[in-house]
Amino acid sequence: MAIDWFRFGSPQAFFPVAGKMVPWFAFLAVAFALPGLYLGFFVAPTDATQGESYRIIFIHVPAAWMSMFLYLVMAGWAGLGLVLNTRLSGMMASAIAPTGAMFTFVALWSGALWGKPTWGTWWVWDARLTSELILLFLYLGFIALKAAFADPQRADRAGAILALLGAVNVPIIYFSVQWWNTLHQGASVSLTRAPSMAATMLAAMLLMALAAWMYSIAVALARVRSIILERERDMAWVRMSAGT
Amino acid sequence: MKPRHKRLAAIVAGLALIVIAAALVLNAFRGNVVFFFSPSEVAAKAVPADSTFRMGGLVEEGSLKRGADGLTVQFMVTDTAQRIPVVYSGILPDLFKEGKGVVAQGRLGPDGVFRASQVLAKHDENYMPPEAAHALSKAEAEKAAQSVVVPAAGSR
Repeated sequence: MAIDWFRFGSPQAFFPVAGKMVPWFAFLAVAFALPGLYLGFFVAPTDATQGESYRIIFIHVPAAWMSMFLYLVMAGWAGLGLVLNTRLSGMMASAIAPTGAMFTFVALWSGALWGKPTWGTWWVWDARLTSELILLFLYLGFIALKAAFADPQRADRAGAILALLGAVNVPIIYFSVQWWNTLHQGASVSLTRAPSMAATMLAAMLLMALAAWMYSIAVALARVRSIILERERDMAWVRMSAGT
Repeated sequence: MKPRHKRLAAIVAGLALIVIAAALVLNAFRGNVVFFFSPSEVAAKAVPADSTFRMGGLVEEGSLKRGADGLTVQFMVTDTAQRIPVVYSGILPDLFKEGKGVVAQGRLGPDGVFRASQVLAKHDENYMPPEAAHALSKAEAEKAAQSVVVPAAGSR
């Protein structure tokens, strides 16, 4: 390993690297989303019980997966920042939060649109839906808490504690359908057993999930660049590259 | 290096405490977080008396009867051990079907009939094309006679 990973812990070193990676991940997001959408809406067969309405799954499940996964990544960065006292970690956590909140909202909203034709209701207070709603509040709380501090270092520390506390909610969301009686059905795809969907449906869903990953990385990197510029605006390297 | 390790240990310990606390709270809530009760629990009187609750199970095959007004329906909800009759007047969700999952909200009358004010359909996590579903049910019917190979299409 010739690469010194700690070098990229400095915002100054990370800034140009992130800039180079953004278009690649944006391209990959489109490259996965187009065949995913095509497979999902034109190739995948109609579902035996739900008819066409099940196709919301191609948006709903990737969004729900990303909402949980991004929270763990965000909490991981925040925790890393607490331990190592690196400036970039807090910035990465801040950059991920809005995307995570967006995916949580999409998961809740598409779930409501899906629930009405299948279950017969937009919303129920079952364990899965309620814990996902709490996740949205955790994201919004994280963003609001960080915005409440004028000093970015204190904001990072306070935000990190909230992010780590809230991480407990993620396994609760994931396992809620196993632990309790819920209206929400169990997982169709998990690591422990074969998926319970037709092959083309699964392929479309996984492509959409990959697209959501790539999109998240691209957006988080683009956002962290703005955050770096904003926070390091008094640093010599930012002033020099800005030409002031 | 030292303070860094100290902070890591403090965070790991803090997280462990939170997880333990959450596990204890969830364990205490275990019974209260249920979205619905099963017919067996209802039959065993393990549900809140004289109050609205939800009951979930399967709509028993051949038990669905429609009233003369076309809006009132009567069916049995079963968990294969116990069965509770349900009366409901209103629009049923599209996925409501005999042999499929259902969650009904309402009150249990003194006559043992559950009067539902809302009926929701609960579907499972299996997604397959109609042909595969047809093949599966056909294969299941034939299984009684001999062991047949289920067609590869569909869910596994």
